[in-house]
Amino acid sequence: MSHPNPTYPAQDVCPPEDLPTEDLIRVLDPQGNLVGEPLLDDEAILELHRVMVRQRLIDDRMLTLQRQGRIGFYGACVGQEAAVFGSASALEPTDWIVPALREAGALLYRGFTLREYFNQLLGNNADITKGRQMPCHPPGHDYHYVTMSSVIANQIPQACGLALAGKLKQDGRVTMCFMGDGATSEGDFHTGLNVATVQKLPVVWICQNNQWSISTPVGRQSAARSMAAKAKGYGIPGLRVDGNDLLAVHKIASEAAARARAGEGPTLIECLTWRLGAHTTSDDPTRYRDEDVTKRWWELDPLGRTRRYLIAKGLWSDEQEQAQQDELDAEIRAVWTEVEEIPAPPLKAIFEDVYAEMTPQQTEQWESLERNMKWSDAKGLVRKQH
Amino acid sequence: MANMNIIGAVNSALDLALGADEDVFVFGEDVGKFGGVFRATDGLQDKYGEGRVFDTPLSEAGIIGTAIGMAIYGLKPVPEIQFSDFIFPAFDQIVNEMAKFRYRSGGQYTCPITIRTPYGGGIRGGHYHSQSPEAYFAHTAGLKVVIPSDPYTTKGLLLASIDDPDPVIFLEPKRVYRASKGEVPEGHYTLPLGKCTIDREGTDVTIVAYGALLHEARKAADLLAENDVSAEIVDVRTLVPLDEETILESVRKTGRVVICHEAARTCGFGGELAAVISEKALLHLEAPILRVTGYDTPFPYTLEQQYLPDAFKIFEACETTVDF
Ligand SMILES: Cc1ncc(C[n+]2csc(CCOP(=O)(O)OP(=O)(O)O)c2C)c(N)n1
Ligand SMILES: [Mg+2]
Repeated sequence: MSHPNPTYPAQDVCPPEDLPTEDLIRVLDPQGNLVGEPLLDDEAILELHRVMVRQRLIDDRMLTLQRQGRIGFYGACVGQEAAVFGSASALEPTDWIVPALREAGALLYRGFTLREYFNQLLGNNADITKGRQMPCHPPGHDYHYVTMSSVIANQIPQACGLALAGKLKQDGRVTMCFMGDGATSEGDFHTGLNVATVQKLPVVWICQNNQWSISTPVGRQSAARSMAAKAKGYGIPGLRVDGNDLLAVHKIASEAAARARAGEGPTLIECLTWRLGAHTTSDDPTRYRDEDVTKRWWELDPLGRTRRYLIAKGLWSDEQEQAQQDELDAEIRAVWTEVEEIPAPPLKAIFEDVYAEMTPQQTEQWESLERNMKWSDAKGLVRKQH
Repeated sequence: MANMNIIGAVNSALDLALGADEDVFVFGEDVGKFGGVFRATDGLQDKYGEGRVFDTPLSEAGIIGTAIGMAIYGLKPVPEIQFSDFIFPAFDQIVNEMAKFRYRSGGQYTCPITIRTPYGGGIRGGHYHSQSPEAYFAHTAGLKVVIPSDPYTTKGLLLASIDDPDPVIFLEPKRVYRASKGEVPEGHYTLPLGKCTIDREGTDVTIVAYGALLHEARKAADLLAENDVSAEIVDVRTLVPLDEETILESVRKTGRVVICHEAARTCGFGGELAAVISEKALLHLEAPILRVTGYDTPFPYTLEQQYLPDAFKIFEACETTVDF
């Protein structure tokens, strides 16, 4: 079946060699050469490079631990680091971040500790949310990072509420809301973009177009020319950025944040990229896509691009890169070792935080659970654990 | 007969339905080339083509709204919602449209749609891959609600649901998708909607269960048997329309009832079952009706085994009612 999509003709996705040249904003080309004016100074680029590398190492380590059965699930951001950190770094620390599903790194970037993050992955008793959510759903109130739901696109209209509240309170804050390409098909995408535009809200919409929604290629998700093109219908600027170009993402997101802060309303930014890994640890992409294309996209790895740029500028070297990776990896392993044996939360954690106060029914149910546990222990009945 | 698991039974039923009636269509997120995230539609697109088995954009309201349009045209859509937790973006289409088309058009327009969706906990899925939403749909007149528990009931009930002239919410117990295996006829057969069955005969207490909990009820009945308590198990299979008579007959015999479901307790389907039993068999009861259910909380991640109703909780409740 041919598909009426001019951007993704045959395969319904865009292989790296077919990347559009005209409407794709870049500051670095794939070889790491400057083709535009960066906003960031060298020191800031070095720091963001470190943050991206750290995220990759965390993801690699967690994927291994998941395979070993030491965490239950993991969703990585591999290949999308430039989109996540390029945009998050364009914000002030008090601006809101409303994540979709691959942006936990933005919370770490803001200061959430590895220890806190790992506790959430383990769902242990030290986890702030007491093991209630799946891994990769960390809470981040202190960092103005909203706890994510797994439900695609629900966060989009909520971002309007954060932005509207800030506008009413004249607090000068911006709300950055993430979504995947798949999320743009939900009704909440339309609702959110429409509301934000009509009310001229200080929102920056970041659509990470990694060209896949589990097994569904973007060309089957939407017949639009691009995700950025959708902005036109709402009457807001829509920009398509090379999502693997840290400097371009940062620059365009910074400009959008400045517009939002100046009261000029929302911007939709599409970060065109590729999901280099599986959808999550529950997924096997070899069943539905040609992984040769993925191999070619690896050559556009955002980490390689900044590294090449930094090395060419004489700011960095392969030796420094290796030393930094070793140091970061050692830290990740050390923190993991500290938290891995922390026990599960107590039974009461099931019932707390549903309401501000437990209802009489919940109290009764909690007591009956405690009683049943004692009863089965006394009878020598052993429950299977995961 | 062929030995298969629940996934195989779903696949076989869809295969037969697609093969028998060219007006049957299967669609949803990732159901085409990939064959579904649980692989229930594996191979069907290859066999029947992209016109009959296809991927949709990521929009549940879009999936169900489209199914409704196809149905009122006269087709028989069998859409999949990837997890029942993600059915809520389509709730309006289901409750306000699909359930009411027959009524509001005096029978001119009908929605013979079967929405298949995996439900229930026990797969380490946290809040959003574990919920049991059956009561929301049972509460909506115009919808039938069907829940199989093993491969045999899955295939027979799914084929009956697709044949049925009314919309069916077909909730598949994903925890036992692969664990539950059994002999299943290879050809077409149906099991009647609106019929409960006695899964196991007994005399001292009636355990009413459905879906994955049927397997826990069986384990509980084994434990009870070791303790000289004879439990009868009723497999509800169809919540709406409900076969009250089979349940009442069992209760009249045993005089004691334990009702089980994974969904939260308050306004869960167990409340309805308890009401029916107390309205129609009160004087046969020798002890209060007990419920073993999920708690009134969202579904937790780490403590899911503690949260879930299981054989031990059912066992304890049965002992309590027998000792009353
Ligand atoms: C409402 C809803 N429907 C379905 C799902 C199952 N699901 C989880 S992720 C996903 C694909 C999301 O694709 P996209 O928005 O592009 O994000 P990506 O995974 O590519 O980052 C789907 C269908 C869900 N979580 N929520
Ligand atoms: Mg995507």
